[in-house]
Amino acid sequence: MSTLAFLGEFGEAIQFIFEGETTREGTQVGGSQFLELTVEHIKVSVVAMVVACALAIPLGLWLGHIRRGSFLAISLSNVGRAVPSLALIAFFVAYLGVGFTNVTLALVLLAIPPILTNAYVGVTQVHRETVDAARGMGMTEARIALRVELPLALPLIFGGIKTSAVNVIATATIAPLAGVTTLGDAIINVSGYGDVGRLAAAISVAALAVMTELTLGAAQRAVTPRGIRLESGRPSRRRTLSTRIGRTASP
Amino acid sequence: MDAATLVLDEATKVYPGQDEPAVDRLSLEVGAGEICVLVGPSGCGKTTAMRMVNRMIDITSGDILIDGASVRDRDPAELRRQIGYAIQQIGLFPHLTIAENVATVPKLLRWDRDRIRARVDELLALVQLDPDETRDRYPAQLSGGQRQRVGVARALAVDPPLMLMDEPFGAIDPINREKLQNEFLRLQREIRKTIVFVTHDIDEAIKMGDRIAILRKGGRLAQYAPPAELLMEPADRFVEDFVGADRALKRLALQRVRDIDLWRAPLARAGDPVASVRAQTAACDLPYPLLVDEAGRPLGWLSEAALAGETVTADLVSDPQPIVELDDVLRDALSDLLQHESQYGPVVDARGAVAGVLSIEAIGHALRDSDAVPRAADAAVEG
Repeated sequence: MSTLAFLGEFGEAIQFIFEGETTREGTQVGGSQFLELTVEHIKVSVVAMVVACALAIPLGLWLGHIRRGSFLAISLSNVGRAVPSLALIAFFVAYLGVGFTNVTLALVLLAIPPILTNAYVGVTQVHRETVDAARGMGMTEARIALRVELPLALPLIFGGIKTSAVNVIATATIAPLAGVTTLGDAIINVSGYGDVGRLAAAISVAALAVMTELTLGAAQRAVTPRGIRLESGRPSRRRTLSTRIGRTASP
Repeated sequence: MDAATLVLDEATKVYPGQDEPAVDRLSLEVGAGEICVLVGPSGCGKTTAMRMVNRMIDITSGDILIDGASVRDRDPAELRRQIGYAIQQIGLFPHLTIAENVATVPKLLRWDRDRIRARVDELLALVQLDPDETRDRYPAQLSGGQRQRVGVARALAVDPPLMLMDEPFGAIDPINREKLQNEFLRLQREIRKTIVFVTHDIDEAIKMGDRIAILRKGGRLAQYAPPAELLMEPADRFVEDFVGADRALKRLALQRVRDIDLWRAPLARAGDPVASVRAQTAACDLPYPLLVDEAGRPLGWLSEAALAGETVTADLVSDPQPIVELDDVLRDALSDLLQHESQYGPVVDARGAVAGVLSIEAIGHALRDSDAVPRAADAAVEG
């Protein structure tokens, strides 16, 4: 306690994360109990992200490959992003009841748009002549999609995943409203955790989001094919296009 | 693999929802080992016509036969693997190395790894790239000309009997384009592929084509003929206009220096008796003696002072520039002469020895004589 005292309330909050305290009713809040909340937070986020990726990446690749459905991939996605997750959760609670599945579903719907949009844009920004050459040499459509379009779209796809993951982690904070006790529990339920507990949870969620951003950012650089990294070192059409789209595709 | 014959028989493409065909009953025969150039203004359907051959675009009616077999009966992907394909923007895969790019079709045909590696090195050397230096690089690390060579190597990977090339040198600057064209023609003399070559540039068509198909808007064939015939006897006003008002000059691109009557110049070596040089001069077309070395290579034009004594001294009035080669086309040779503000220049053979003298006057003669249609006559015999 004393070591972090100079940080004031902030220091107390960090102390709370690691040591916690016992309430008057005798239950443990913070500390090891925070670990449970964090695990639950990560669990619901990861499941939502896996499901969203499994749906959005193939769909985006396919729509991009046939160069159709830009309405679905871009416009509908934007609409999807405008619907607040709280409303979605309320909607699912009303129709399906509370629970892990409902929260996950809401988070999946939140996560899909950036991934779908980026996968679609990632494929359509592959130069037409590259795809034309592939087809003209006798590659099958599936091979074009997997061996040419997917690798070239990977950096943007990972950008989408990164955006979604950060959104999902932030939004999983409201999960306790639907009965899943994530780190948001400490933020919503001030009477149980106190102001210090609330601040501690906010710090934890922020840290989680930042770590996710950094990890996926590193992954994004790692999956960028070497030939593309070399290419983006020089001014080219691809570079200007992808930075422009990169900006619109992440909030 | 040997070269294939290609026949387009009333091949027609009508895009859905359009009244006018993009390609209208196009009939062409391309002999094995020939370059057929499709040329015409934009929107004339030349690229569409080329893409019908490997079924990138399916024909609406008519037929296309490769070695007598209809492309309609072939699986498109399988058909395309047996036809070389090179396009303007090259379309190299930016995420793959040069070796992986060249190996695209061999991999599709499941060649084993050692065979692919050997073939890639062979192809890179064939297009004048150093395999050790290029193999593991990425397209972004190469110049435009080098990428173009890789594109050609990739198209040749499985030694296809037929190649389709859509403005393959279009994105290259003029100087390198001419170099690549010459290189490609030299390569073609070795590999003797049947090639369908699309361009919008009539000069490129004349240079590259054994036969040229000029298309007009709506994908209709205006004329299909060897370059000389096209220049001498344009079928109609459209062809005449497309070929250009300077078609007499363009004919210079069809003839090589070796094809015309060269002038003879007196040749002298240092130490030769002056008397014999003077005797030789009287019998030649040109009164100026040319100093050559032991191997007969030109050193320069002799001055009067060089012939003042008993034997010839190496006293030059000017250097021998421009030196033209027997294999140069007349257009390039004339351009060299004009550039050096010279009336004539020594012509050398492959070893560099003087074979004669080219003068502007001799080119003028050749132009007048070529009204007799030199290559059209040959082609008429072939066709």
